[in-house]
Amino acid sequence: MKYIDEFRDGDLARTLARAIAREARNARSYNLMEFCGGHTHAISRYGLKDLLPSNVNMIHGPGCPVCVLPIGRIDNAIDLAARPGLVLCTYADTMRVPASKGRSLMKAKAAGADIRMVYSCADAVRIARENPGRDVVFFAIGFETTTPPTAVAILEAAASGLANFSVFCNHVLTPSAIANILESKEVRELGTVPLDGFIGPAHVSTVIGSAPYEYFAEEYEKPVVIAGFEPLDVMQAILMLVRQLNEGRAEVENEFTRAVTREGNGKAKSLVAEVFELRRTFEWRGLGEIPYSALRIREKYRAFDAETRYGITYRSVPDNKACECGAILRGVKKPTDCKVFGTVCTPENPIGSCMVSSEGACAAHYTYGRFKDVGVEAVGAPATETAQ
Amino acid sequence: MSGVVRDGYVRPVDFKHGRVDMTHGSGGRAMAQLVDELFLHAFDNEWLAQRNDQARFTVTAGRMVVSTDSHVVSPLFFPGGDIGCLSVHGTINDVAMAGAVPLHLAAGFILEEGFPLADLKRIVDSMAAAAKDAGVPVVTGDTKVVEQGKGDGVFITTTGVGFVPAGVDISGDRARPGDAILVSGTIGDHGVAIMSLRENLTFETTIRSDTAALHRLVAAMVAAVPGIHCLRDPTRGGLATTLNELASQSGCGMVIDERRIPVQPQVAAACEFLGLDPLYVANEGKLVAICAPDDAKRLLASMRAHPQGRDAAIIGEVTRDPHHFVQMDTSFGGRRVVDWLTGEQLPRIC
Amino acid sequence: MCLAIPARVVDLPAPDVALVDIGGVKKRISLALVDGVARGDYVIVHVGYALTRLDPEEAARTLQTFAEAGLLDPAAP
Repeated sequence: MKYIDEFRDGDLARTLARAIAREARNARSYNLMEFCGGHTHAISRYGLKDLLPSNVNMIHGPGCPVCVLPIGRIDNAIDLAARPGLVLCTYADTMRVPASKGRSLMKAKAAGADIRMVYSCADAVRIARENPGRDVVFFAIGFETTTPPTAVAILEAAASGLANFSVFCNHVLTPSAIANILESKEVRELGTVPLDGFIGPAHVSTVIGSAPYEYFAEEYEKPVVIAGFEPLDVMQAILMLVRQLNEGRAEVENEFTRAVTREGNGKAKSLVAEVFELRRTFEWRGLGEIPYSALRIREKYRAFDAETRYGITYRSVPDNKACECGAILRGVKKPTDCKVFGTVCTPENPIGSCMVSSEGACAAHYTYGRFKDVGVEAVGAPATETAQ
Repeated sequence: MSGVVRDGYVRPVDFKHGRVDMTHGSGGRAMAQLVDELFLHAFDNEWLAQRNDQARFTVTAGRMVVSTDSHVVSPLFFPGGDIGCLSVHGTINDVAMAGAVPLHLAAGFILEEGFPLADLKRIVDSMAAAAKDAGVPVVTGDTKVVEQGKGDGVFITTTGVGFVPAGVDISGDRARPGDAILVSGTIGDHGVAIMSLRENLTFETTIRSDTAALHRLVAAMVAAVPGIHCLRDPTRGGLATTLNELASQSGCGMVIDERRIPVQPQVAAACEFLGLDPLYVANEGKLVAICAPDDAKRLLASMRAHPQGRDAAIIGEVTRDPHHFVQMDTSFGGRRVVDWLTGEQLPRIC
Repeated sequence: MCLAIPARVVDLPAPDVALVDIGGVKKRISLALVDGVARGDYVIVHVGYALTRLDPEEAARTLQTFAEAGLLDPAAP
């Protein structure tokens, strides 16, 4: 596959691994947060840790929209789906997220709710068109990458007067989450989470551009490198961060130049601005209430807002006491620090959202990395020599 | 039914426009007629011709194998096959994975009231063709009908019997550290073919299901290496699940090399855009083999010489590991665990 | 966090609709978010929408950067 396979080349990986090992200074550690869940997944899936020197630490950030969706909002979605005759359309990612009282959308579906997994919100619009007698609600989640498609869907519904279609909006914003982490006690004051730099999200940045990160680099003096999605992109970004830190720079650099510009996608941004406005505050699972961090549908398009139409009230539900997702999302703890990781909480029986989404730090570690916890040495070393 | 009651005119079963109704399962004339005109006509062999409720056959001295499988696939018809041939292939393969020669099949049908007879005929004809191609006849069967809404059109259960030649001892617990792990061809084909038809996912692809009866491939393999340790066909849950099962049963670990695992480019592409991992996608015409390291080359050659094993490859080796992990060297150079499948693999956007 | 992949535009069957090809698999997607897409262009596709065009020159430059990391590499051949 073009523009995919070339960016997964094993030989180039070894070249970059050697460069990182050469340039990372032994005297210090490099603590880098990859904000985006897709990067967490890539790091785990390709075993990137094996290719990094031991003083380069990757900290998993909260850029997983499923992981940060509060239990109360999933409860709302389940309640919507329980309404007689209503069709709830959702991305498959949300189906297994644990809600209150052991419920989930998957279980609600098994109990008879009409919940349909869609690949695109355009499918939800189509389902609404094909079923004029039934209410169809699209469960919208995601960061700035996924928001423009929802905007297009609402505009299409508005243009054709699709009265039986509405959206339950849970879109959230990346810069707010980054600010929240940088402002957290552990980072700012206590220094318990040493955080030297960020790998910026790939596809969010195609929409919002690289400009929004300049504030963070300047205000908090931390370098940001926007990285593409493929493992070579991630390694190159790590190399660029190492160089910035060595040279005492704190700038925004763009590794993903083939898809990201400083301004981003103007058309997508204006369509989003047309349909959505900021919520004053929004609760993020694990991070608490964050001001101006999420979107709701504007007055002009309120007819397509499920919260208004169905009078949805949000009730905050605390996480299971044993669940450490909050600390893990902030990078304060690792999955293995959680008492229930791998015992009670597994992908089969997830307690918290970090274990449900395949990008969640816990799921990624459980699925791809936990063999390293038990010190298993397989017969023969990994196929390539680690960075020497 | 010969001559005892005078045969009046009996309208033939309407396979064009007719539908299954409750009388077809009642045990009466309507059912007998359906059995006659559809099942007996399609399967057409000496055992069914006897019209008993059972089939008699002489048993070869030695070890027998019996296996059963229920088939509930949806959609019923997909590129490369249908529930009918799938049910024949699946059970033949389960028998063959013991290194056994499959002899006969039994087939049970649960039909939903209202199911179109045209579709049923298509399915049964497909089963008959598959059984004939494989040389494994369906010698006995049963039909029941459930009320509308209580079935998914049709459920098929097939049971197969076979015998294991002397000197062959193939079992999932026989893998040993140092053994070679082989796969007979490209993985993920069936799952992707099915997924391309799912209502909210449609994409255009030329990928067809790999559904196939593998007993002749197995026979060739056993002839070349009678001492094969393990054979298993990775169906639901994909290659990853099968490897984990074998590792667990044998009390070993495994290390495989991602670069050596054959995957068709379109299967890889479909998995990319849906966020799936080909290791967990279903197959219906592939097998995993584990043998002593000295036998690996010969076994591979015997597989590649067979049309169903053209793309066979050695993908890894069995290791000593008390945790029974299946590890994989990624194409990228790192190492990761290939775990059991969690629930159903769902497409993702994140 | 957002699964998006590069795909080649092979046809433009309707306004704001493209038929794209990823490794031989074809899918219809929306062009509502990107203007001026032509046959042969590569776009990044997320949940059935093109988010942006992929710049082939920048892609080549990036690959070159990866390879150049090895030019200062004493271990390289």
